[in-house]
Amino acid sequence: MRKLTLLLGVLSLLVAACGGGDATEAPDTTEAPDTTAPATTETAVGDECAVENLPLKTPGQLTVATGEPAFEPWVVDDDPTNGQGFESAVVYAMAEKMGFTADQVVWTRTGFDEAIAPGPKEFDINVQQYSITEEREEVVDFSVPYYVTQQALVAYGDSDVVNATSIEDLKGYALGAQIGTTSLDYIEQVIQPDTPPAVYDTNADAKSALDAGQIDAIVFDLPTAYFITAVEMPDASIVGALPASEEQADKFGMLMENDSPLKPCIDRALEELRAEGTLDALAEEWLTQEGDIPVLSQ
Amino acid sequence: MTWPSAPSAFGRRRDPESGSRRRAREEGARGALIAFISTVVFFGLALWAILTSEAWPQVQRQFFNPEAFVEVWPAVLSGFWLDIRMFLGAEVLILFFALLVAMARSLRGPAFFPIRALAVIFIDLIRGIPIILLILILGFGVPALQLSGVPRSPLFWGIAALVISYSAYTAEVYRAGIDSVPESQRMSARSLGLTQIQTLRYVLIPQAVRNVIPALLNGFVSLQKDVSLVFVLGVREGVREAQIFNARTFNYTGYIVAATLFLIVSIPVARFTDWYTERDRRRRQAMSA
Repeated sequence: MRKLTLLLGVLSLLVAACGGGDATEAPDTTEAPDTTAPATTETAVGDECAVENLPLKTPGQLTVATGEPAFEPWVVDDDPTNGQGFESAVVYAMAEKMGFTADQVVWTRTGFDEAIAPGPKEFDINVQQYSITEEREEVVDFSVPYYVTQQALVAYGDSDVVNATSIEDLKGYALGAQIGTTSLDYIEQVIQPDTPPAVYDTNADAKSALDAGQIDAIVFDLPTAYFITAVEMPDASIVGALPASEEQADKFGMLMENDSPLKPCIDRALEELRAEGTLDALAEEWLTQEGDIPVLSQ
Repeated sequence: MTWPSAPSAFGRRRDPESGSRRRAREEGARGALIAFISTVVFFGLALWAILTSEAWPQVQRQFFNPEAFVEVWPAVLSGFWLDIRMFLGAEVLILFFALLVAMARSLRGPAFFPIRALAVIFIDLIRGIPIILLILILGFGVPALQLSGVPRSPLFWGIAALVISYSAYTAEVYRAGIDSVPESQRMSARSLGLTQIQTLRYVLIPQAVRNVIPALLNGFVSLQKDVSLVFVLGVREGVREAQIFNARTFNYTGYIVAATLFLIVSIPVARFTDWYTERDRRRRQAMSA
């Protein structure tokens, strides 16, 4: 089995595009967001992106939606307001960059379906690991990616599937994934197993099916796979990361309604966070990214 | 279930056409014309309002998209075929188990108390649990026990949950039918020396079933849609295939396709139920006249 030490932080943050930021310069977001800090409208942010000029759902506040419930490692304790977990931390860092105070960030919850229904949305941005795809971009807007990852296969040790070393070896197994994920697309388009993958509403349901012996393995995005095998299913392990071309990489974007006038300002804030290394630093802080896991061969 | 044996059951006239009947028919024709015009105007205006609304092009692109239709159709159709097979299989089992439960509940006498009590407990418990929870509990819970010899298939447990749930409801439909048979029927049968079971089997149930066929057909329509709920276990039936497409592309055309397929099956059943109920009512009136 070919073993590679994956430095996924490098892969993940489109390092080609960013200038190798220094993690120590990143603002400290481990503590609860500082609500007393005054809004600093940075000189780098032009007038159209000043808080008072932004076309927000509720003037003066950034309404951010996430899933119900929201899962770790993206949001900690299902409480996005604590600034803990990767997506929560990124949102607060971005809001600060745009000139919002932490208490001007107001969280709301939407299901997956509500968030993508046509028509006006009740949120300014929706952050719940939405993968950016061309088809989706026809009906909603996405920010530039705030995280890029790949897929990984998780199974219990007593299953034969843990001996797989290539994509070809996976064809005969019953695989499952959460609906609407790049993980599911990966199974259907790249692995193409003999039986179509089982499709679940949530990763939690997929885990139940794995426990019930109804499927042999689940495909998750890599950070979720790390978290689940470390915390929720310690008896399960990552069989391997799944190889993907750059186009197949899973890019998470913040979802906005179609033709959102907010997009340029959101994108600018995220680009700055990436350039100064904050996105890298937050990913390092909240997501397990390095490890000695094998990559399955094509 | 009985299906109409011949088209002659429709529109047969017994008495010759009289003058008043002709007048009534002419008035009926005028009424039909007015109904037709008002229907066309009403739906025309509604359609016009929808098609000229500002958001229509967006809605059309997301809900009635020909390219999406072509892409999603094969998956939804094959998933829907699974729905139909699940429905037919489950329905047969439900009609059988529900009858057993209803019979258990209809037994008289102190000796049968435990059986009656079990039937009542079963019906109360199962009707009190949302069907989706029953599917999740049985579908993920029982296989996780890893008992040897117990099936693990989500399809098996999904259908089992549907059969259990619908049997509880359908048992009550049967019981209403049994209770509607005059008590004298039971007493006569018993006085002829039939046992309780024989009384149920040969006297009460044949009459009871006939009384509740419309209610049973109503249950058919309901089950025909509820079978899709097994998708929570990962089963790729028609609605799930539409959801998968929707989640991937954010396009809703698959939902419209699935809804249309369900309608194509359920509308004829609904019309048949109405027709059957009406025919039964006329027959009874004729009998009592």
